[in-house]
Amino acid sequence: MAEIKINAQGLKCPMPIVKISKGIKLMSVGDVLFVTSDDPAFKEDVKAFCNMTGNTLTAVTEAGGVFTAQITKK
Amino acid sequence: MSSQAKNNKTIIVFSSDLDRVLAAFNIAVGAASMGFEVTLYFTFWGLSVLRRKNLRVTGKSFIDRVFGWMLPVGTEALKLSKMNFLGIGTWMMKKIMKQRQVALLPELMHTAQESGVQFVACQMSLDMMGLKLEELIDGVKIGGVAAYLEAASASDLNLFV
Repeated sequence: MAEIKINAQGLKCPMPIVKISKGIKLMSVGDVLFVTSDDPAFKEDVKAFCNMTGNTLTAVTEAGGVFTAQITKK
Repeated sequence: MSSQAKNNKTIIVFSSDLDRVLAAFNIAVGAASMGFEVTLYFTFWGLSVLRRKNLRVTGKSFIDRVFGWMLPVGTEALKLSKMNFLGIGTWMMKKIMKQRQVALLPELMHTAQESGVQFVACQMSLDMMGLKLEELIDGVKIGGVAAYLEAASASDLNLFV
């Protein structure tokens, strides 16, 4: 199981989602993706993205206005 | 296009206002990223969005050429629907978007094509505006109302901007 990191800080909607989508396409099932974003809409968007695409959102943490989402590819 | 799936997304791009077109492309790119099949139908003023820059077309009638001069050519020529102020408002908005790292229309359009969003131009509007398919960017298909309705019937989201 590989771990992939994507930095989407500074980017605004919809580009963080585009980055996640591109990243997930390159991953294998079971791989874990860590995405960071400072877009306040990111928390809800990443949740919706995972709900709709069937990937597992393991955690979203926030530190100093930066969100980190942990997604496991299904 | 699969006719089985009922959760495709279709958007009719009727307007050539920068803000409206931005909204349409934002939704299209988001939906394509989430794995949905997305089709954008360009009709009436919306066809301007697809026009190719620096193109000389011969053999057009006077009226068609006048239309060509009056309509914006491509994503960079579009203006805001509000607060354009003879172009200064649009220029300011683009500058602010760049500063705040909001994707501009050319980038969104590129991302849309890259992620498989289908572009369909309405033949009737092309005829009306005196435009030819060769005057539009690559990758645009021609369609009519039946093609749109078929795609819309397999969609659970259908917007008109």
